Amino acid sequence: MNETVVTVENVSKKFCRDLKSSLWYGMKDLGSELIGMSHSNDGQLRKDEFWAVKDVSFKLKRGDFLGLIGRNGAGKTTLLRMLNGLIKPDKGQIEMRGRVGALIALGAGFNPILTGRENIYVNAAVLGLTKKEIAARFDEIVEFAGLGEFIDMPVQSYSSGMAVRLGFAVATALEPDVLLLDEVLAVGDEGFQKKCLDKMGELIKSGVAILFVSHNMHAISTYSSKVVVMIDGFHREYENISAGISKYRGQFSNDSHETIDKFCSGNDSIRFIHIEVVTKKLQPGDSFNVRLIYETIKDYMDAEVDILIRSNREISAYFQATNKAYKKVINLKREHRFLNINIKDIRINDANGDINIAVWAHHRVELLFWCKIPVEFLGTDHSTGNTFLDVAYDIS
Amino acid sequence: MKPNSNSQTPDRTGCLNITIYTPESSIRHPFGMIYNMFCDLFSGRELAWQLAVRDIRAQYRQTAFGLFWAFILPIANTITWIFLTNSGIVRICNTNLPYPIYVFTGTMIWAIFMDAVNAPLQQTAAAKQMLAKINFPREALVISGIYQTLFNSAIKIVLLFLVLMFFKIFPGWALVFFPFGILSLILAGTAIGLLLTPVGMLYNDIGKALPLLMQFLMFLSPVVYPIPSTPWAATLFKLNPITPLILTTRDWLTGFSPEYLGHFFLINVLAIALLFVVWVVYRTAIPILIERMSA
Repeated sequence: MNETVVTVENVSKKFCRDLKSSLWYGMKDLGSELIGMSHSNDGQLRKDEFWAVKDVSFKLKRGDFLGLIGRNGAGKTTLLRMLNGLIKPDKGQIEMRGRVGALIALGAGFNPILTGRENIYVNAAVLGLTKKEIAARFDEIVEFAGLGEFIDMPVQSYSSGMAVRLGFAVATALEPDVLLLDEVLAVGDEGFQKKCLDKMGELIKSGVAILFVSHNMHAISTYSSKVVVMIDGFHREYENISAGISKYRGQFSNDSHETIDKFCSGNDSIRFIHIEVVTKKLQPGDSFNVRLIYETIKDYMDAEVDILIRSNREISAYFQATNKAYKKVINLKREHRFLNINIKDIRINDANGDINIAVWAHHRVELLFWCKIPVEFLGTDHSTGNTFLDVAYDIS
Repeated sequence: MKPNSNSQTPDRTGCLNITIYTPESSIRHPFGMIYNMFCDLFSGRELAWQLAVRDIRAQYRQTAFGLFWAFILPIANTITWIFLTNSGIVRICNTNLPYPIYVFTGTMIWAIFMDAVNAPLQQTAAAKQMLAKINFPREALVISGIYQTLFNSAIKIVLLFLVLMFFKIFPGWALVFFPFGILSLILAGTAIGLLLTPVGMLYNDIGKALPLLMQFLMFLSPVVYPIPSTPWAATLFKLNPITPLILTTRDWLTGFSPEYLGHFFLINVLAIALLFVVWVVYRTAIPILIERMSA
């Protein structure tokens, strides 16, 4: 079980930004390889080129599960493609032992006109199974895919999720020593995702080394024995999974949410002069205070203040409500000049996000004020979910 | 087992166990490279068959006329040329066969050659997605293309025999050699097609220029008319490496004794050598192509 099956040493790969130059460099690389020189300019960058993967090293033993995470375009797929031998590294060396199974795209090799059943034979052959092996596992594949009568329909009538089911079923029948998985489960339904994760657990136990690219931190944290975070082609390895995930999430703080963004700060009769967010770093369980300072020449009765707290990740909003949801009346009066809002017990377990505040008058007919403020959340160690439910937790 | 540099396929048939990828060119280790080439050719044989069966099935499933499409082009060509000569628009010097038979056998044989030339680029371009995502023996694509060319040729050959029987032309014992003629045409066609594939995958110019060049080449070959008597044109025809292949194949099919048998063998030897060289180029090119196509 302790046999090292994947060794990656100082591997780098460059890509070209410009199509015309890229094609021309391709011709040059082909030429230099044919006269026996190493390709791509001896590892020097040419005009319009950049490092997509830089100096990556790691090792995988049998039964290891490496979670490879990083934002889009960080070089994860490029690394996987080099491991699978689809493209050559520009620097460094990769050593793979045993049979390598790769799911860089499911269902590549499917012909849309043919039925699912016919495609199983072709797809399995493409992945490297012999006719005998396919015949022996055919029923198992059909059962795992669980497509019912759709198995005899042309693949062009399949939904993307159904095509993935068929693809994964074929690929796991491969019995590899190393399995490379590139964000393949995202389109499957929950039942199938669970089935796939269970299958992966089984494979790890039987001594398969798995390299798994995913944006699903839950899946990563469930199975990973270590994670590698890719940041702009560079890598960082973590034995502590939650530290790695925090690093990954921490990157999203630079995403254009740095400054306070105001869209509207009042009208002729009311001006919002200042906004204070008292709490800048939020830990799960903290309270959150906002103080709005305004000048007005007339009273705005029964205003509505809409607050949205969300993290930077994807489309996830974590809190959104107006004072009306909590049956609180807000009157913006001349003599008050400030408004305090306090939200207790925040439950976000994430890195960064922003707070959106909108003030409405006249039953949401007139927008008086709108702004977006960046905020930092301090996640809780050893929890990788998005929200953190703090419960009484004891062990006797 | 000894580690092999840049081998394309990991352990599939027991050929290799450890696979190492480095930036180094595999040409530096010619023996390892040739060993890997034949390993991959061998391990890709079943896949090639599966791919060919898949493509042939799919190709004819989505058509109403089915197999008809395999020979529609040469038939249209034949009809055009019979019309051009019978109406007196074009005057062709005497052929040793009745002219319709001459044109028909010529265009059919030419169509087989053309299929073979087109196959490597077509197969590789169609498998772009697969190439970029799965590591399989790349040789399987070329072999699959050859299988498909053979299948389509078989349909054409059956039709050829039917027409020859109708015109009461019986070739006799020479027919035994006819398959070698067809195989030589496919061999030469594949070598030429494979030569164009790496550059053709990077630049679409090749794919666009190919039909034009092939048409030009057809008129420099004894396909729809025999070798002209004008000395400079005759030299041009004789320099064309396809000429002996077409003439010999047609002679074997129609029962004449082949005139250019020496040339025929020479061209075959050259085609085998070319095929080996372009095979090396093709293997070297694929990772570079994938990088440039999907970057």
